[in-house]
Amino acid sequence: MINIMHIYDLIIIGAGPAGITASVYAARKKLDFLVVSLDIGGQTAWSGDIENYTGYQFITGPELTQKFQEHMRKYDIALKENEEVLGLEKTGEIFLVKTSKADYQAHSVIIASGKKSRELGVPGEKEFKNRGLTYCATCDGPLFTGKVVAVIGGGNSALDAALQLMKIAKHVYIINNTGRLAGDAIMLQKAQEAGNVTILNNHQVSAVLGDKFVRAIKIKNKDQEKELAVEGVFVEIGLIPNSGFLKDIEKNAANEININLSNQTNVPGVFAAGDVTNVLEKQIIIAAGEGSKAALSAFRYLAQKKF
Amino acid sequence: MAKSVIVYSTPTCPWCIRVKQFLKENNILFLDWDVSVDQAAADEMIKKSGQMGVPVLDIDGQIIVGFDKEKIKAALGV
Repeated sequence: MINIMHIYDLIIIGAGPAGITASVYAARKKLDFLVVSLDIGGQTAWSGDIENYTGYQFITGPELTQKFQEHMRKYDIALKENEEVLGLEKTGEIFLVKTSKADYQAHSVIIASGKKSRELGVPGEKEFKNRGLTYCATCDGPLFTGKVVAVIGGGNSALDAALQLMKIAKHVYIINNTGRLAGDAIMLQKAQEAGNVTILNNHQVSAVLGDKFVRAIKIKNKDQEKELAVEGVFVEIGLIPNSGFLKDIEKNAANEININLSNQTNVPGVFAAGDVTNVLEKQIIIAAGEGSKAALSAFRYLAQKKF
Repeated sequence: MAKSVIVYSTPTCPWCIRVKQFLKENNILFLDWDVSVDQAAADEMIKKSGQMGVPVLDIDGQIIVGFDKEKIKAALGV
């Protein structure tokens, strides 16, 4: 078969801090490349206040995302937004990236697909998504003014959601499946002092109930199962890497892509950066730095291979 | 004739920011309802779209949930 599809030097999967920084470096190296991403900014776009990104003493997530975009626009970067990557295949030394809309080919790939919210995996969750159940308290919280809501989770993100919601909701239940909340003591204290927050430790959610919208959740502890009447369910049980579309790339037990110090995966020509990898710390500034490393490594790989 | 475009959003949701950015880039005028402070707009949005996620667009009566670029482009004819 004659290959008529264009072969890029590089395809970058994802446009969070890692993918965007990789794209800026790739543009400056004058590579022929493409960025494919579901969204722009990744988790940064969903972040509240950021006070640890050097150069900005204070900036919000949406604002920093805007800055990233402006930086990207300075270069003529081909970006396919709203496209989800579904598969990565290798034939000889050419990679095929399959998305929800098209197929693309390249001599090298950087995976910077980040992380997404972990789902509960209980009946009713999918059905009531955006019908009272949400994974983003910051976005959808304001729609629950004066209502009784439940936050599922026990870490800082759950507490953060509860602290936002207690100001506007009638009552907030925190459903935590361990013996005590793992979040920061100062946040926990605020929740305990609020007066409209009830913490239910050692409880699990077993179902989300309702008709058109959420009406209740089923919760259980070791002794009993009961219904709790709520109109809002905020799922805050952590994040999982967007690595499910990768079959031949080595991952760790947490499904993060294993990389070496130069961001190489076990497959030559495939690099990875940011929160989707086993890099020790998940920070915006680290993801950005990792993105630049991955781009420079990809550039070196392409030069060595003389593609 | 210009189409009537309403965006129902909250100030903090990234997709809402992207939708409005996209409309502005395409020089589309739109009504911007902040459902975090306007309960009537929130009720209207839920009634029109049958769900509670933001953003929601109403383009000449066609309801689009989320930042679905292709659908928005088609509805606007851009």
